[in-house]
Amino acid sequence: MSTVSETAHDGAVALSAPPVKSPDRGLSPAELAEKYGLAVSGARPGLIAYVGQLWQRRHFITAYSTAKVSAQFTKARLGQLWQVMTPLLNAAVYYLIFGLLLNTSKNVPNFIPFLVTGVFIFTFTQSSVLSGVRAISGNLGLVRALHFPRASLPIAVTLMQLQQLLISMGVLLAIVLGFGQVPTWSWLLAVPALLLQSIFNAGLAMVFARLGSNMTDLAQLMPFILRTWMYMSGVMYSMSDKLSGAPDFVRVLLQLNPAAVYIDLMRFALIDTFTASQLPPHVWALAVGWALLAGVGGFVYFWKAEEQYGRG
Amino acid sequence: MADDKSAKSAQQEGERVPTVIVDDLHIVYRVHGAGSGKGNATAALSRLVKRQGSPNVREVHAVRGVSFIAYRGEAIGLIGSNGSGKSTMLRAIAGLLPPEKGKVYTEGQPSLLGVNAALMNDLTGERNVILGGLAMGMSPEQIRERYQEIVDFSGINDKGDFISLPMRTYSSGMAARLRFSIAAAKSHDVLMIDEALATGDRQFQKRSEERIRELRKEAGTVFLVSHNNKSIRDTCDRVLWLEKGVLVMDGPTDEVIKAYEAESKK
Repeated sequence: MSTVSETAHDGAVALSAPPVKSPDRGLSPAELAEKYGLAVSGARPGLIAYVGQLWQRRHFITAYSTAKVSAQFTKARLGQLWQVMTPLLNAAVYYLIFGLLLNTSKNVPNFIPFLVTGVFIFTFTQSSVLSGVRAISGNLGLVRALHFPRASLPIAVTLMQLQQLLISMGVLLAIVLGFGQVPTWSWLLAVPALLLQSIFNAGLAMVFARLGSNMTDLAQLMPFILRTWMYMSGVMYSMSDKLSGAPDFVRVLLQLNPAAVYIDLMRFALIDTFTASQLPPHVWALAVGWALLAGVGGFVYFWKAEEQYGRG
Repeated sequence: MADDKSAKSAQQEGERVPTVIVDDLHIVYRVHGAGSGKGNATAALSRLVKRQGSPNVREVHAVRGVSFIAYRGEAIGLIGSNGSGKSTMLRAIAGLLPPEKGKVYTEGQPSLLGVNAALMNDLTGERNVILGGLAMGMSPEQIRERYQEIVDFSGINDKGDFISLPMRTYSSGMAARLRFSIAAAKSHDVLMIDEALATGDRQFQKRSEERIRELRKEAGTVFLVSHNNKSIRDTCDRVLWLEKGVLVMDGPTDEVIKAYEAESKK
């Protein structure tokens, strides 16, 4: 029980509550709440307390994302095999169009590993954003029924996409090996690159979860924006080739593009013909910077509206 | 100091300690897609560019200025016709729906009894028990401890090993039993029970009523939404009657239910 700090104002306006012989009579609801240590229900916790709550719910976040992943294909006859088939078919479609029909592969050695890396890494960011948009608005039932830090949802969808990507990476490694690449120490660079990209994606997912929670039109609009982003990120062509004749500011802008940064890092890690000279300058600094900016910024931006998410 | 003393002595005399204070609460829902309109991506783009609100959003003023104070040890029934704002108000007390206006103060974290939204039909019962427990904020250790208890209570395994089958293969009664068993595994300070919990066969209904009574004992304050006046009479000592989002009456069970029955007979 909290200690009593205020004096009771006797003779003040009586509450509508049944009269009781207690010093509570005449206290306003807010004063009464303070006297008995009641807190405003659903109030937004402080940033640090929020991080703490989120940490307490880490088991829920991981369980929720794995559950979603394994529930995904349970009704398909091929079942979990689709987790591998989907990225493979995606890569095959892009190879058919860009490799064979449009012949962008001319100047790119090891085109298939190059293309598949680009497609998988970009898909990770793309699907994190797309499912981030629906992370709150598509789970309103859950948000309105149970209590948990809402950032659990965008983080869980990012984790879901990460699990999907790890399966794709297995496929990718098999493809890369199949095209005659030999494992080298540089493959280990894939780990920090993926980690940074995951933080970046989680941040984006949180930003879009908040935006998508009250702009329901966003889900319709995002595929366009993401497709444009994909074509600008050098997924199916070599950026350094296309940029050689471009004006300086265009080159700088395109090199800052976070998707391109993460894609190029992964290519640099896995493909030996993709050399450091093809990487934009300060590429690791860019990768860390984008991860921090999106991760921290997205988290704070999401937290600011924490108490509003049930409204829909 | 003097206040401290008087508060203490008052408590000994049976002073009532408030656990939930609702102060002039208003809740407004926004419903999208209420009207007809173009829902394609280009229309969405042009609306975003023009900074126009969507034409088909409707506001529903579900709760209009409700105030009351609930005390420790009370069991409060909520009655009113369908759509009168009972469940909405419970959600606001639980802090799940932000109020448009007014405030809700609570002791600890009030919880709605129910985990339906967190469960996934494509997963096995076993995984749903774990997922549901985690969603309610239990730790993995707590779930491991209570797992067998939950499964036994649900009676899912009485007729063979059903817990390892996906929940979509359960009959509606079995699924409801499992959902209730998971939800009732955790005790709460302020417990809110929405109607239609007594599902399943007769035997399970009895068991779940018993469990609710246990939960009530553990909880400080209980809210019960029900259309069954008998179950309200059995469990509650105070009743709030809501109609169209407005608090019509607040008082002892018999009085309010009598008035409510008289009104609904008209």
